[in-house]
Amino acid sequence: MITKEKLFEIKEKTKPSLVEKLLEGDRVEFRGDDLVLKGEYYKKQVRIALKNCDIIDPTDIDEYIAFDGYFALLKALTEQEPGDVVAEITESLLRGRGGAGFPTGRKWNEAYKFDADKKYIICNADEGDPGAFMDRSILEKDPHSVLEGMAIGGYAIGSDQGYIYVRAEYPMAVKRLEIAIKQAKEYGLLGNNIFGTGFNFDIELRLGSGAFVCGEGTALMESIEGRRGMPRPKLYRTAHKGLWGKPTIINNVETLANVPAIMNKGAKWFRSIGTEESPGTKVFALVGKVENAGLVEVPMGMTLREIVFDIGGGAQDGKEYKAVQTGGPSGGCIPADLIDTPVDFESLGKIWSIMGSGGMVVMDENTCMVDIAKFFLDFSVDESCGKCVPCREGTKRMHEILDRITKGEGVEGDIERLENLSKTVSSTSLCGLGQTAPNPVITTIKYYRHEYEAHIKDKSCPAKSCKALIKYEITDDCIGCTRCAKVCPVVAITGKVKEKHLIDQAICIKCGACYDVCPVDAISII
Amino acid sequence: MNTVKLTINGKQYEIEKGTFVLKACSDIGIDIPTMCHDERLVPSGSCRLCQVEVEGWGKLHTACTTQVKEGMVIHTHSEKVVKARQDLLDMLISNHPLDCLTCESAGACKLQDLCYEYGITEGTYRWEMSKPYYDDTNPFYTFDASKCILCGLCVRVCDELQGTNAIGFENRGFETLVATPFGEGLENSTCVSCGNCVSVCPVGALEPRSKMKFRQWEIETTRTTCSYCGVGCQMDLKTKNNRVVGVEPAFDAHNEGLLCVKGKFSYNFLSHPDRLTMPLVRKDGVLVETTWDEAYNVITSKMKQTKEDFGSDSFAGLTSARCTNEDNYMFQKMFRSTLGTNNVDHCARL
Amino acid sequence: MEFKFDKEENKEQIVAFMEFLDSKKNTPGPLMPSLQRAQDVFGFLPKEMLETISKELSIPMAEIYGVATFYSQFSFVPTGKNKVSVCLGTACYVKGAQSILEEIESQLGIESGETTVDEVFSIAAARCVGDCSIAPVILVNEDVYAKVKKEDITEILAKYN
Repeated sequence: MITKEKLFEIKEKTKPSLVEKLLEGDRVEFRGDDLVLKGEYYKKQVRIALKNCDIIDPTDIDEYIAFDGYFALLKALTEQEPGDVVAEITESLLRGRGGAGFPTGRKWNEAYKFDADKKYIICNADEGDPGAFMDRSILEKDPHSVLEGMAIGGYAIGSDQGYIYVRAEYPMAVKRLEIAIKQAKEYGLLGNNIFGTGFNFDIELRLGSGAFVCGEGTALMESIEGRRGMPRPKLYRTAHKGLWGKPTIINNVETLANVPAIMNKGAKWFRSIGTEESPGTKVFALVGKVENAGLVEVPMGMTLREIVFDIGGGAQDGKEYKAVQTGGPSGGCIPADLIDTPVDFESLGKIWSIMGSGGMVVMDENTCMVDIAKFFLDFSVDESCGKCVPCREGTKRMHEILDRITKGEGVEGDIERLENLSKTVSSTSLCGLGQTAPNPVITTIKYYRHEYEAHIKDKSCPAKSCKALIKYEITDDCIGCTRCAKVCPVVAITGKVKEKHLIDQAICIKCGACYDVCPVDAISII
Repeated sequence: MNTVKLTINGKQYEIEKGTFVLKACSDIGIDIPTMCHDERLVPSGSCRLCQVEVEGWGKLHTACTTQVKEGMVIHTHSEKVVKARQDLLDMLISNHPLDCLTCESAGACKLQDLCYEYGITEGTYRWEMSKPYYDDTNPFYTFDASKCILCGLCVRVCDELQGTNAIGFENRGFETLVATPFGEGLENSTCVSCGNCVSVCPVGALEPRSKMKFRQWEIETTRTTCSYCGVGCQMDLKTKNNRVVGVEPAFDAHNEGLLCVKGKFSYNFLSHPDRLTMPLVRKDGVLVETTWDEAYNVITSKMKQTKEDFGSDSFAGLTSARCTNEDNYMFQKMFRSTLGTNNVDHCARL
Repeated sequence: MEFKFDKEENKEQIVAFMEFLDSKKNTPGPLMPSLQRAQDVFGFLPKEMLETISKELSIPMAEIYGVATFYSQFSFVPTGKNKVSVCLGTACYVKGAQSILEEIESQLGIESGETTVDEVFSIAAARCVGDCSIAPVILVNEDVYAKVKKEDITEILAKYN
């Protein structure tokens, strides 16, 4: 059994040499008392959930303990009543980082108050938005922070069993979690009678098998129970009747990773970061056509401009920044003129996007907004569970319309049809997946209606991205090197050596091979 | 009684706590459409047609999964609600064959009725259709996936009420299909042909095989008691020109909408030419029709004669599970006290 | 395609799998971990093993089948050791990719999406792989074959046999 003294002993034994080793490596520096990653990219970041990532060795529990790991659990178990823990988290105003932003404290309180012989706490690690890898990083680089957060949550609501539902596509995360759970059990930080307090808590890993919808709470529970991941209608609150009909709390990875920090430093400290209604930080996966892609953790309320330009360095290759997409298939596209929007739950909601789990995809002038909407709808159609009519039939029809628009086969009224379908699908679907699936369409129509109209009426793609609507032409810059003619798979290019070549539009299949091979950029897309 | 006060379509009501809005409305005579709900099953909320507007609750809510609450103000047919239902029906009919002219279920099809009620014609989105799949391996009924609207009633009845679990869902999303494991067909599944799935299918996807052509509006229904066993299930015989063409289980009886394979499908003998409708007596080696009086006379005189000539134990009686307990009791009583033998048994014991 | 699952050849794995099922019998929600284990051990979900799971865990076959077809990581067909992908993008298509696909299908005796009985090859039709300038293209695992002709197929496949 682990004791308070033992925990302090490990920390004191490990920390000095670890700090020394880290400073030698020149990757980290001190910011106040905290060791943080060095470099321009990290200057504007405030790392709470990611504080240990890329700093400690995730396979060594001692290194986690060295930076106050499991001290929050110690404090909760030995100094506080479960009700105090719930009150502290409630006071911190921590909100779910999985996307919806529901206050964690309120969730915990519901389960805490509900009397039952068995309760469960589930960590939702079924991160599935395309382009998002926040939770994956935490699981792979700081798994103990999640375990500690779960144990604290378990103590708070009166649960002795936790489950982590990880998507199968994250084998490394699974491995790291397995190691972490094993180490925590060996130390007695999980298991029976933790710190001699009589509190028992165990964690079991459950794997997904490739179904995005299982990130939805009720579908996730169906999956753990061994059924098709089809969301349940919300007849009861999960906090009252969840997994196997018992009170259950489902928290996202990042939410749980915040818990130990809040317990250690207090709710007041947490609320000093971020905005009044959305305190703390949020981790984003900044990806797409951005100069410095990667994970960023910033205080809530930071503007998109600061994130995309100051940290991300703006659009790649000097191209013009066009939009950023947040919230994955459930989110929306935010146009360039709203770049000064602060990033918090309320502000993003006002402009028809959502915070989401933290995917942030940067788009430049060559990104076609109709095509982007189609991409996300394609995803939603693939991942719809098929249970309810609007999601199963409606998203399919939306995708069909978007598909024909990008092929130049759109007809008058398609935009209105899309708007109508969007409204019905979002207002009538059973679960969050269906309710939010139209968001990428709604926002792109709202902010880029002219692009839709150009596709439908003028049969042209303003971003020059939709194959069916573009033409390759050879300009006067052509030096007659014949390379284009040689690579053309359909022999559509003719011309004599050292003379300007010509593309026969009737034969051209717009594969772009000539464009890629031209040494003098003499092929233009119109 | 613990009740809540609420307003539905402008009228005040007092309703028992914990009642679902759909049930509450149906009890007071407000008809909310639904394709996936069945009082006997756990609510699934999959067809989304029963959505209603609740003032101050934001988006629409399905009446089948929402419980009544104090002070609720519900609109079951507001403009918003009707529009949503129209759109959902449009989606369903867009992925459904328009062969009502030849469909056996025409006239008894909920999709047809609701499209009529909500003014939906052929469907706006008749593009890609669900993959066709037809299962005609069962001797009593057929399954046509192209007509299936995936309400899930058949799967849930088979699981929750019948406990057979012969069918389930296959794949997901637009590819979802009701199927037997590995698509091997009902004949090769654990299906017991009870037909309870057929009884709940709201469209023509699951159809009983019928020897006679008939339209749903031509039939007369007659409530009767199933005579196959002593349970006494209630059912409605569907007849056309005095000939039984189908059976529906009664929902307002103790069998609660369920039947077994015999009750549901075994009615063709009724109009079979070989069926005996009059007693026959053998005269000079030939069976000839006679009256009941004469038949009884023959039976009793032969019994008496046999008892005198060969004794009581020369009799043996076997009765049937199709008789009631009372009939069976009388039968054994007759054997034991009148004929004086214990040689009496019952087919259900075999 | 009916795929033969050789019980004799998988004897040891089956014994180990049965032990796993035994250990799961009294735990809550054993179906997903059991299917995941089966997929892992056998490379696909053999029908015979699903029947075993059904029997051992007392879960109806229809339910197991429903779960197995819901999640994209489960498969009823083993993937071959070598995955042959034929690009059917426009450029390849106009250069005769369809006839190349047919040639591969006839040489291996299976159709696209299937696996040979010896589990050496499986064929997949691919969307545009972005190598239009060297169409038609086929991929065997990670190896790209450019400007493929029907006559080349025998030789290419032989390298992996």
